[in-house]
Amino acid sequence: MSNHMETRLAQIGNRRDPQTGAISSPIHLSTTYGHPRLGESTGFDYTRTKNPTRTTLEAAIAELEGGVQGFAYASGMAAIAGVFGLFGQGDHLIVSHDLYGGTYRLIEQILPRQGISATFVDTGDTAAVTAAIQANTRAIFIETPTNPTMRITDLAQVIAVAHQHGLLTIVDNTFMTPLLQRPLALGADIVVHSATKYLGGHNDVLAGLVVAATPELAERLYFLQNSIGATLGPQDCWLLMRGMKTLALRMERHQANAQVVAQWLAQHPQVSRVYYPGLPDHAGRDIHERQADGAGGMLSFELADERLVEPILRSLHLITFAESLGGVESLITYPSRQTHFDIPEEQRIAVGVTNGLLRLSVGIEHPHDLIADLAQALQTARAWLEEETPIG
Amino acid sequence: MADHNRTLSYATKLLHTGNELDPTTGASAIPIYQASTFHQEDPFAPQAYEYARSGNPTRAALERTLAVLENGTQAFAFGSGMAAITTVLFLFSQGDHLIACDDIYGGTFRALTQVVNRFGIETTFVDTTDLEQIRAAIRPNTKGLLLESPSNPLLKVTDLAGAAAIAREHGLLSIVDNTFLTPYLQRPLDLGLDIVVHSGTKFLGGHSDVVAGAVIARDEVLCKRLYFLQNALGGVLGPQDCFLFQRGLKTLKVRLEASEAGAQQVAAWLAEQQRQGRIEAVYYPGLPTHPGHDIQRQQADGFGAVLSFDVGSEGRARQLMERVQLPLVAVSLGGVETILSYPRTMSHSGMPAPERLKRGIGDGLLRYSVGLEDPADLIADLDQALARA
Repeated sequence: MSNHMETRLAQIGNRRDPQTGAISSPIHLSTTYGHPRLGESTGFDYTRTKNPTRTTLEAAIAELEGGVQGFAYASGMAAIAGVFGLFGQGDHLIVSHDLYGGTYRLIEQILPRQGISATFVDTGDTAAVTAAIQANTRAIFIETPTNPTMRITDLAQVIAVAHQHGLLTIVDNTFMTPLLQRPLALGADIVVHSATKYLGGHNDVLAGLVVAATPELAERLYFLQNSIGATLGPQDCWLLMRGMKTLALRMERHQANAQVVAQWLAQHPQVSRVYYPGLPDHAGRDIHERQADGAGGMLSFELADERLVEPILRSLHLITFAESLGGVESLITYPSRQTHFDIPEEQRIAVGVTNGLLRLSVGIEHPHDLIADLAQALQTARAWLEEETPIG
Repeated sequence: MADHNRTLSYATKLLHTGNELDPTTGASAIPIYQASTFHQEDPFAPQAYEYARSGNPTRAALERTLAVLENGTQAFAFGSGMAAITTVLFLFSQGDHLIACDDIYGGTFRALTQVVNRFGIETTFVDTTDLEQIRAAIRPNTKGLLLESPSNPLLKVTDLAGAAAIAREHGLLSIVDNTFLTPYLQRPLDLGLDIVVHSGTKFLGGHSDVVAGAVIARDEVLCKRLYFLQNALGGVLGPQDCFLFQRGLKTLKVRLEASEAGAQQVAAWLAEQQRQGRIEAVYYPGLPTHPGHDIQRQQADGFGAVLSFDVGSEGRARQLMERVQLPLVAVSLGGVETILSYPRTMSHSGMPAPERLKRGIGDGLLRYSVGLEDPADLIADLDQALARA
């Protein structure tokens, strides 16, 4: 299909119900489907195996990511766990070292019990990736930009290394969405999403998506999705598609707001560092601009004094202190206590997730209101800190 | 509140387990919380709800009800029965050995033989109706025992208390799939088993309109581990599906009573047809001639609403499926509608033919899940279909 991304997004689910012509894809709650005759099927047998509403969603994400087949899961973690089902006893994986805490927990606490080992490396350093390859390495798992320090991996370069060594490349594309970055077009084999984030976009549905680049991988992933059974319910599939229709509009605003907020934070005296790929001095910015169509709506910033964290979180009126990201409402997260709590402190700090780091998912509110809220919270926090530690 | 609820009679428990009122509004049905995340009042004091995968109020209400119904400590809701079962299988690790009943649901068989085997977990299938076979299969590295009673699709009955005792003696975790009977008719935790799993898609949900799974356990350390796995693997049930599940549970008792009464009549009629040579066999634990009838009477409060019967050949099975007018010919069971399934190509298509035939799941076997239709209509329908088959 040659239509633009905006058009493809808006048209999700349309022309899928010839019986009624419904523009919005119907929600099929049926768990099972009558068979016309033995050995004949409508194509639908049992909802875990295949559901019409889920099929519409899965076809949409496959088309957007440029893959052959999509798979919808109950959560982003169910999607990632489903993909890891590709591997077995004795296999080894190479993984971006500052990745989402939930993925880290799966790799550190569950996969080893199944005989699957992993090496964490800075996938932004292609030489380090190459050096980590073992005889039993099967795949490279990448987040770019990473969560939360927005490190950039050169996808084409790492994928070339993977191809050379016969490894699968799996990219978590949650932060960018296919609107901004299409890893399969760069040669990746599998894309995973926490669709709870930008794809859903309204902080109202928990979902995961996977897209496969080849029919062989798709067949295996389908087997695993059906056998493990952590599929997404039809009502949640519908909500997710409803969210995806406005992805382009939302992302445009998220991104414009994030740019303004990042620049404002970068000049603030209480902020020591801002991580946002849209800032001129962001490490890997050139690579990011080459492989993606925008900097996205996520940023992180480090406070000059980590004691400011608590008073800031208490003082924000508009920006909600909550886990998750990618919704229309701005959310602030304290990674060392929330998303990355499962990563040991030493390792966490080594990758930049310090105790003074806050992650901001910039919503679609007016940017001036967001800045005003951050300004008053930073000011309140500073006043509190000065009271706590009198000079002299 | 939960403790008080545990002393209530079953019909009342189904409706009053803390799910009946929303404290903020007084709403008679639990609100559907679609929120994926929850505002944290205090960054340094954890709240009940943070992120919907980790905990969601609508799911929590359902889980509380399920825990009370099974007399467990904690329940966990999943995106499907298979998501529930596979999450439980993650309790085991590389090098572990499991024992499972031999005519287990095809999806569970597939997970054991094509998914978890790749993680270095091996399974031996035995006829668990013979407790000695369980004992004989135990190895030094055996860690778990997986049961279904009655089994799918042959309705074989395993002595659950006896099997649980063997498991305890050898330090095995005992797990039973209670889908066919539901906690209304059978409460395995009271019989000494460690974990109960459900496909909530079946009798618990009951309306063929929600795919769901559940796990219930009593031991607190085990519950903690199951919660860790539910959250880490993320195969949770969505809030709207939780609501539908909870809604279905409210009528579990009345539905199951009606369906079971219907199943008794259909089974008795089928037994008569067998005597007349019209069918080869009928399997229903409620028939006094069923080999597991007595054990079933001891360990459960009823016989359920699923039966199976063998018409002798694939040809006759095919004709019957084409000629019945009332049942939905489909996979699944436990809905308000009667469902006729053909295990060979449906529930047990995940099992290779030699394994299937070895287990007595023949080419003429049909599974019949009795719904809420009038049993006289169901019998008349089967009669006309058999007459022509």
